[in-house]
Amino acid sequence: MKELLGVINLDHELDKLNELTYFRCGAAVPFASRYRLIDFVLSNMMRAELESVGLFVRRKYRSLMDHLGDGKSWDMNRKHGGLFILPPDWNDPTDTSLGDLQHYHNNLDFFKRASAKYIVFSGSQHINTVDLQDVFQYHLEKGADVTLVYKAIDQLQPEHDPCLRLELNDNNLVTEIHQEKHHPNVYLDIFIMEKKVFLEQVEYCIAHGESFFFRDVIQKNRANFKLAGYEYKGYHAVINSLESYYKNSLELLKQENYRDLFQENPVQTKIKYEAPTRYLDSANVSNSLVANGCIIGGTVENSVIFRGVQVREGARIINSVIMQKCIIEENAVIENVIMDKDVHLSKERILVGDSKRPFVIAKSSKI
Amino acid sequence: MKKKEMVAMLLAGGQGKRLKGLTKSLAKPAVYFGGTYRIIDFPLSNCSNSGIDTVGVLTQYEPLVLHSYIGVGSDWDLNRKDGGVFVLPPHERENGSSWYRGTADAIYRNLKFVDQFDPEHVLILSGDHIYKMDYNAMLQYHKARNADCTISVIDVSLEEASRFGILNTDEDLKIYEFDEKPAKPKSTLASMGVYIFKWDVLRKHLLEDGEKASSSHDFGKDIIPLMLEDGNSLYAYPFVGYWRDVGTVTSLWEANMDLLSDHPPLNLNDPNWRIFTRNPNQAAQYVAPEAKVSSCIINEGCIVHGEVKHSVLFYGVEVGEGSVITDSVIMPKVKIGKNVRIHKAIISENTVIEDYMEIGIERENEDEILLIDNRSKKRKSVAAKTI
Repeated sequence: MKELLGVINLDHELDKLNELTYFRCGAAVPFASRYRLIDFVLSNMMRAELESVGLFVRRKYRSLMDHLGDGKSWDMNRKHGGLFILPPDWNDPTDTSLGDLQHYHNNLDFFKRASAKYIVFSGSQHINTVDLQDVFQYHLEKGADVTLVYKAIDQLQPEHDPCLRLELNDNNLVTEIHQEKHHPNVYLDIFIMEKKVFLEQVEYCIAHGESFFFRDVIQKNRANFKLAGYEYKGYHAVINSLESYYKNSLELLKQENYRDLFQENPVQTKIKYEAPTRYLDSANVSNSLVANGCIIGGTVENSVIFRGVQVREGARIINSVIMQKCIIEENAVIENVIMDKDVHLSKERILVGDSKRPFVIAKSSKI
Repeated sequence: MKKKEMVAMLLAGGQGKRLKGLTKSLAKPAVYFGGTYRIIDFPLSNCSNSGIDTVGVLTQYEPLVLHSYIGVGSDWDLNRKDGGVFVLPPHERENGSSWYRGTADAIYRNLKFVDQFDPEHVLILSGDHIYKMDYNAMLQYHKARNADCTISVIDVSLEEASRFGILNTDEDLKIYEFDEKPAKPKSTLASMGVYIFKWDVLRKHLLEDGEKASSSHDFGKDIIPLMLEDGNSLYAYPFVGYWRDVGTVTSLWEANMDLLSDHPPLNLNDPNWRIFTRNPNQAAQYVAPEAKVSSCIINEGCIVHGEVKHSVLFYGVEVGEGSVITDSVIMPKVKIGKNVRIHKAIISENTVIEDYMEIGIERENEDEILLIDNRSKKRKSVAAKTI
């Protein structure tokens, strides 16, 4: 869809996943056995057939770049457009911009060169399968200046606390954007607006010493803009803390969640050429997600196992998330643990966390 | 084109009649194997891992799937500026058109393709074997002996030997005789259908053979004996490792079963010799609370509620509650209902198995591997019965 330009802005996202985000940004955190959080928003953008997608990163983006490559996995290695990773690059000595406006100011060419008339903005913390074409059509039908995507949450969870809420009138126009904990309409960090208006507002805000586009333009100016709210009803999870990461990982073991997230449309990710997973004669696996390349000889219960993990005979993994290429040796026991990539757990070691506060093992540890 | 030391020519036009329904509309090299692969992934990955970056793939029978599968070759890292993978179907020429008449004829008709790269050597491969092999090591062997032709061989049992092309060699493995499927084999060195030729020597013989009306234009039957007659130096290269011809339903099933032991003879998890394949990009497999999985290979995108024992599941297979699958190969996107029992069968892709179906249980001939084909109308009456 040439009318719509994609922007993924990671600038305002805090890396609050403790050990998991010590050396990578939140968007690069592995999730759901074989993906990283960024894959979900990129797959949504791919499905909407956006010609160009710009990705604003500021810190700890090495592993993200490694994952994204030339964008081929999301069909974004294109002659025209494609995926643009835009790290900080401040060269203009007269530049007075702040916050994410700095990004936008320093990459005006990216916006100007794109043929698209509209822009869809998204973060990476809200996992969803929203149909961006549908949001765009809704935006046009509503004749809105900005369309914001939200989901009415039945049972609010602690991870929703930091999320913004949308207050809507009968006409589905947004009347308030606030952070009141008990309001159900959680904003998904996705909005669409016209490029021309966006660029005007960027210029105006910088001139007036503002720093964050969403807060300073959309939230503060809600009276001057026609803001439409688009209600999304599909699968949704917010990953903004270790607890939410752990809980939502294990929630995928519920079949309706698994189906809602994966069944309709495949989520794209960087391809690894792993053999299919091999279960040995001694394997005992139940209620688990397992990626390829694993060799499993032990017990795995209620867990999420990433690619290339080895679980040796007699080992037990319960209520845990085990990332890529970990090796769990004979008779080791793991319960309520998040194990980052490349951890080697020796024989007969026992690691037990709390079901509310999982024990996190940092990347490449040898225990 | 840049000069290449060695160009590989992969013969992938075979129909594979003995694979029955599996090759009804699919060339044999495109047949599925090992939970995620197609047979052709093995020679292609071997080329890629051996550092051979120029591969011609000769297709003929039902080439659509094969052509689209290979694509530009990026999955095998064979999308290269100089060289890469080339699909070479038979084509019409000034003096008429015909199908490839034999393995040698296929190369003969693509002389110009090979000539572009002006190679010293050419590697001839077939697309119907499962094995991991470093062709570069074979090339070094070939060069060290200054051989005109080197044939990779594997030691087979004497009983099996008459199924293969058998090489008779002297002590230093110099070949003096080649018997194609001999009734009374004189040795147990079987040709694997992997040859390295000096290109100028092969070229000369292909030109000679191409004009011969009496020839069957086959490497084993014609070119190799002709070269021996002409006094060329031919050597056998002994290959040690897993190698399997998967030309029949039974051998295909057996090769799949070979992957299931706790220490399989063919290691697909070796990071230094990966077998590349086109990734279907499916979500991680889901093993339900009531499921049981053991001694099996399961690919991504599978949802398992039942029991899978000593079997291979390709991607996107669903196994309903109460179903039990043993000693079977389930190809991509097969949907298996509830309380189904499947034993010693190959289920071809996209087949739907209804609830309570029994396949291969209480069969008369235990050794026979049932092939359940989504196109086979006889499926229910012949292979299955409802409880």
